Amino acid sequence: MTTPTAATPTTTGPPAGRVSRIRRHLPFTPWLFALPGLAVAAAFVLYPFGSTVANAFTDRRTLVAGQWVGAANFQEMARDPVFWTALRNSVLYLVGVVPALVLLPLLLALLVRRQIPGITFFRGAFYTPVVASVVVVGLIWVWLLDDRGLVNSLLETVGIGKVGFLSDQWLLLLSAMFVTVWKGLGYYMIIYLSALANVPRELHEAAAVDGAGPVRRFLAVTVPAVRSTMVLVGALSSVAAFKVFSEVYLLAGPTGGPAGEDTTLVMLVQRTGTGLTGRVGYASALSVVVFVITLALMLIVLRAGRKEDA
Amino acid sequence: MTTAPTPASAPPPAPATARRRPGPSGPAGERGGATGGRRPGPEAARRKGPRFTDGDGRRITAGALAGRYVLLLGVLLLTVGPFLWQLSTSLKGPTEDIYSSPPSFLPADPTLHNYARVADTIPVWDYALNSLLVAVASVLTNCVGAALAGYTLARLRYRGRGLLTLVFIVAMLVPVEGIIIAQFQTMRELHLNNTLLGVVLPGCVGAMNVLLMRNAFLNLPVEVDEAALMDGANAWQRFTRIALPAVRGTLAVVAIFAFMGAWDDFLWPLIVLSDSSRFTLTVGLNYLHGTFSNDPRLVAAGAIIAVAPLILLFVCLQRLFFRGVGEGAVKG
Repeated sequence: MTTPTAATPTTTGPPAGRVSRIRRHLPFTPWLFALPGLAVAAAFVLYPFGSTVANAFTDRRTLVAGQWVGAANFQEMARDPVFWTALRNSVLYLVGVVPALVLLPLLLALLVRRQIPGITFFRGAFYTPVVASVVVVGLIWVWLLDDRGLVNSLLETVGIGKVGFLSDQWLLLLSAMFVTVWKGLGYYMIIYLSALANVPRELHEAAAVDGAGPVRRFLAVTVPAVRSTMVLVGALSSVAAFKVFSEVYLLAGPTGGPAGEDTTLVMLVQRTGTGLTGRVGYASALSVVVFVITLALMLIVLRAGRKEDA
Repeated sequence: MTTAPTPASAPPPAPATARRRPGPSGPAGERGGATGGRRPGPEAARRKGPRFTDGDGRRITAGALAGRYVLLLGVLLLTVGPFLWQLSTSLKGPTEDIYSSPPSFLPADPTLHNYARVADTIPVWDYALNSLLVAVASVLTNCVGAALAGYTLARLRYRGRGLLTLVFIVAMLVPVEGIIIAQFQTMRELHLNNTLLGVVLPGCVGAMNVLLMRNAFLNLPVEVDEAALMDGANAWQRFTRIALPAVRGTLAVVAIFAFMGAWDDFLWPLIVLSDSSRFTLTVGLNYLHGTFSNDPRLVAAGAIIAVAPLILLFVCLQRLFFRGVGEGAVKG
């Protein structure tokens, strides 16, 4: 099980021997069927992927064909403090967001699991932030966390005083993480809900009979039963968190907060490589770093999941 | 077409997909099944104070039930409250103090004035139309392209099928954020930057959707194909008349997520569209926020315009949304 759909193809289809009896079509028919999808995948995913890797070793710009420069882009990156800031922020984002998105939606799923009256409404309502565009969500929280917004107004009313959620470098990053978690809760809640449906209720009841309290039952019964789903959620959310763009872009602004200190890696890619003066070569090298770390993250999380299995 | 627990009325081909996927409504499906025998009689319930049974027939004490509702309402406030605050702000008139402390949650004199002002400030209805065009086009191309490719991956036999499947898996794993600069270059070379076509194209047949459709087709019983073959149906006829009607549910899921994905997308339209007359809603909203952020009422009205259609769609098709997430992510 890797990502949402990498997991899907592994399901058992009909036995191979039986399918092979069905073969009555012209030789090129299957390829005609595949053509639209294949063309899009080739032209807008695989080709750009290849050209990103190739461009990473050139000094290509948007309007200027580039020259081969070897590893110069990567050497420049290593010397560039902005790159390290961006990498730090993306990693921090991952570290902050992933534990919350693995745990909180599970608790939420347990809360909405039982068929009590009105539960369908609550499930739907908790999913609303998922449906909304990240831009809408970002603007909603920009207004809520504004110096004169609702949250600060409430904090003042209870006597805590204003907090500069959107002006302090670290609070900004933290606020963006909160927004990501807030928007993701419902999505992962549904995933956990599907997984919980497969946990035999008898396990819980047996544990309860043995005198295990709710916390104990959660740790001893629920967590082991949905562990593979937790690994999946961990993989999905860590890949998504590392590639964060919109939340920080909207909360901290296009330049990434005070002195650009909140820039993330994908924001740096976007800022460096687009527009008429874009440094395509350097941005491609940054993209390659995004690829490598994303892939590594997926492998690490899934490996960790498998090891615990054994 | 849905995972609703109505075993008797379901048509034969559909349950093949439905049964394999215990959707989020899974617990409902077990209703009344395994627990029938364990349910205590009414006397037992009365002896231990007020107790209720939930939809699964499990007992729950009044205190636990109340606690649950308190928690549910708390989370509700946290998840839906921000939307309502945005709505409230958008309905507040120019003379009302939106910064008051303690805050006033309801507009004193609700007005649609801000919505008219958004339209005066940015061509918000043009942006909405652009978003709609992009979303509808994305739904059509994804449904057609993913169904065709999914069918050929699942139901036809030929050399290279494994390789073809691998291509789509690899395509799905490539992070969009990493290839976005190269996609922008491609669009420039095709002279499609700054056009809506350029916005649609990269996501017009999602590899993930292809694999979702493949999975749905795989779950159809092979006998149906064999019977159709006896009748002399060719591949196209088997696809359109037999296989496609049987996977309507998954197709609907693909359609919904394609619509939502295209309507909500931000990074790619932001990169590919540079002329403010061509913006989609999300990019236009960002522009509105950047230029007129001094008036939160205006931004709030714009945000409500952008989010309202999707919330409506979601309310109408809630079950399909949930099924999509269940199908996409949980397998084994």
